[in-house]
Amino acid sequence: MSGLLKFITCGSVDDGKSTLIGHILYDSKLLYADQEKALVLDSKVGSRGGAIDYSLLLDGLMAEREQGITIDVAYRYFTTDKRSFIVADTPGHEEYTRNMAVGASFAQLSIILVDATQGVLVQTRRHSRICALMGIKHFVFAVNKMDLAGYSQERFEEIKKDIEELSEALKLQDVTVIPVSATEGDNVTQKSDNMPWYTGKALLDHLETVDVSEQEETSFYMPVQRVCRPNHEFRGFQGQVESGSVKEGQTIVTLPSRETATVKKLLVGSDSKKEAVAGQAVTIQLDKEVDVSRGCVLTDDEELPVVKSFTATFLWMDDENLAVGKEYLVKSSTKRIPGFVKKILYKIDVNTGEHIPADTVEKNEIAVCQVELTEKIVLDVFKHHKTLGELILIDRVSHMTSACGVVESVDTSEEKPYFEKDDIKIGGYIFEEFYFNLDNAMMTKADADNQTYHPGDVVPSEGDSFKYPDYFDIISVKAKAAVLIRDKKIQDIIKLEEYQFGGLPVLDERGFALTIKNQKELKEFLAEFEETEEKNLSEFHNKWSRFETYRKIVCTDNFWMI
Amino acid sequence: MSGLSHLDELEAEAIYIIREVAAECENPVMLYSIGKDSSVMLHLALKAFYPEKPPFPFLHVNTTWKFKEMIEFRDKTAKELGIEMLEYINEDGVKQGINPFDHGSAYTDIMKTQALKQALNKYGFTAAFGGGRRDEEKSRAKERIFSFRNESHAWDPKNQRPEMWKLYNTEINKGESIRVFPISNWTEKDIWQYIKRENIPIVPLYFAAERPVVERDGNLIMVDDDRMRLKPGEVVEKKKVRFRTLGCYPLTGGIESEADTLDQIIEETLSSVESERTSRVIDKDGGAASMEKRKREGYF
Repeated sequence: MSGLLKFITCGSVDDGKSTLIGHILYDSKLLYADQEKALVLDSKVGSRGGAIDYSLLLDGLMAEREQGITIDVAYRYFTTDKRSFIVADTPGHEEYTRNMAVGASFAQLSIILVDATQGVLVQTRRHSRICALMGIKHFVFAVNKMDLAGYSQERFEEIKKDIEELSEALKLQDVTVIPVSATEGDNVTQKSDNMPWYTGKALLDHLETVDVSEQEETSFYMPVQRVCRPNHEFRGFQGQVESGSVKEGQTIVTLPSRETATVKKLLVGSDSKKEAVAGQAVTIQLDKEVDVSRGCVLTDDEELPVVKSFTATFLWMDDENLAVGKEYLVKSSTKRIPGFVKKILYKIDVNTGEHIPADTVEKNEIAVCQVELTEKIVLDVFKHHKTLGELILIDRVSHMTSACGVVESVDTSEEKPYFEKDDIKIGGYIFEEFYFNLDNAMMTKADADNQTYHPGDVVPSEGDSFKYPDYFDIISVKAKAAVLIRDKKIQDIIKLEEYQFGGLPVLDERGFALTIKNQKELKEFLAEFEETEEKNLSEFHNKWSRFETYRKIVCTDNFWMI
Repeated sequence: MSGLSHLDELEAEAIYIIREVAAECENPVMLYSIGKDSSVMLHLALKAFYPEKPPFPFLHVNTTWKFKEMIEFRDKTAKELGIEMLEYINEDGVKQGINPFDHGSAYTDIMKTQALKQALNKYGFTAAFGGGRRDEEKSRAKERIFSFRNESHAWDPKNQRPEMWKLYNTEINKGESIRVFPISNWTEKDIWQYIKRENIPIVPLYFAAERPVVERDGNLIMVDDDRMRLKPGEVVEKKKVRFRTLGCYPLTGGIESEADTLDQIIEETLSSVESERTSRVIDKDGGAASMEKRKREGYF
């Protein structure tokens, strides 16, 4: 069994979370003498009329002590003879739900307090749901204030039944229910004489002995944090092994570039090692040059998904509502890229679990959404690969962490090409709209109907933000192909080497006009592209392409409609 | 997690955080206070980037009242490791003769808080690592690992960004900065056990030795140089003392101790009945919430 247990306490306001932890620390003689003295002094001016107010041990912020509530999560560290603990005491107010979620994302076990005089409340359900969402597998429901309920077994059984129903609905795995009184100390660190009918363990005893070892993910993977290049001879990839193990001499695959290489040297911290295991910070040197940078993944599992779109359950944490179509920064493992919510599938009622259709999501609400990224990244379902399934959305203007989420499913289908004939496939976004959001001064490109066009098909010639001629050519240097549009119809799709300038307007696959006016300029254009390096691409495009010839940007404030 | 020990887990977490900052933040710096926590932080930074040197400088904000042995240790360490060590002194404060005897909490504000702000502004650092731990003090227990500061370096404890899993959001606006605490989850005991395990050099003041001290308000203050002002009735005595935390010598209380090996220090720490900050005179100034007040004003 692991020597360390990370747990949280949560539940509704005034259910006694801070008091419970304060009592454990106090009873276990885990306070230093000066802290105990300060506690007694502070309690004299507090709300318990001079009796020791254990919550003062945790509510450390001035505003918290003034208002007598917990605003933010507090971390405490203690050790008993049997185990080391880190406990995050979380706030009960709905307003501070996101701070509760912070604690939940870090914990292996959750103690959810239920006031025996109140029973299971909306906030109890909300917190249980968030704990389950964040991946917590072990739950203790502490039915508190049993002293105020006359230590009644009947009352306890009544509440226990509700808890069992809730656990079933949320598919909670390991659930223990304990009757306690945090202020009086019943069943906190010692079995209580007041409730002889309770035959289970006292809370601390349970915490000391509960087995939280996880079924480990087996394959090796490591998201790259940074590339270490102290000199020309050494190039190492630094990161944390997230699962499995890696050995010197082992063959691994790089993602998304899908190159195979062998581990030449392995460092754990600054020590050279033959093997490294999950949880360790390592530096991996490979036997050859590979296309890997921050955000890529080294793995022995070739099957890890590399995707652009996925579905995730989000907890919204920002005062500003979720806007469909708005660009956010998505951070997943060590990758940070722009992306947007394409569609809100539904919101989840925290109380009933009901699915509710929605066009926006407010703070503290949970919703299942489809997300689209600007490029493919290594990402997987949270239940399969925890680290690859966690993500946050960052607002690009306020920089707020707007939401956290877990991936439910990934879309591994290949991207549909825009134009296709035999093995020629052309991408781009020539029939997509460019919108300007007046609210946040951001540009967004909206997907059209995601159609693939073949020779003979009629193509759109006019949209909100584009108007194309009836006769023109599209050339894609990326796909090395050209599309011939004649009378709004695709006459043919050909290889670029077969293409000849025919006097018609030439556009690229984005719908930008190219300033090519004769065969000579076409050749110059192609030759220049061949010589252009990746980092100078914008210069190349600025020279040859004109956005405004056939396109414009239109304003909109109805982003959720897109 | 697999068979990693408690210390292994803490070490890996800290290294992960330090690497994230180096990868995502524009202009990071590591605050170096010469104390044991700083020694651990420096050690972690060396490990995190090996075989590369840490890709950021270290900064010591010097109040000019540090123990002599601390400054010697700092200079020796920087030279041996070949790291970039910046020193910043609030020269205005020096000119005004600000000192810990006459100016009380104004001294801390001018020579520490203001000096730190000046230094961060001078170099335009966007992220500063600190060795703060959540077990030290109640408002620290509430602080995120990535803690944001506005243009005037103030902390807003009621409005902290959510910090989920280990997905740190390092986005800031111009003028804002982040304080990063990679050893947030370490306790004093962890620090000592790690120092022992990794054989990390620390300032000799942590070990008990005969030192000249005076007793003042229940604290044993070391007479480190002739700037120490004695009050009437105070006598300088030789006592075997050591220090649990290090700072400005007139504000740091020593404890009488026989512990002159790491094992003895660890044993003393484990059985101690006083938390370590009681020996730091500065924290008691202003009551239960004084640390939070200072942090709101920009103190580390």
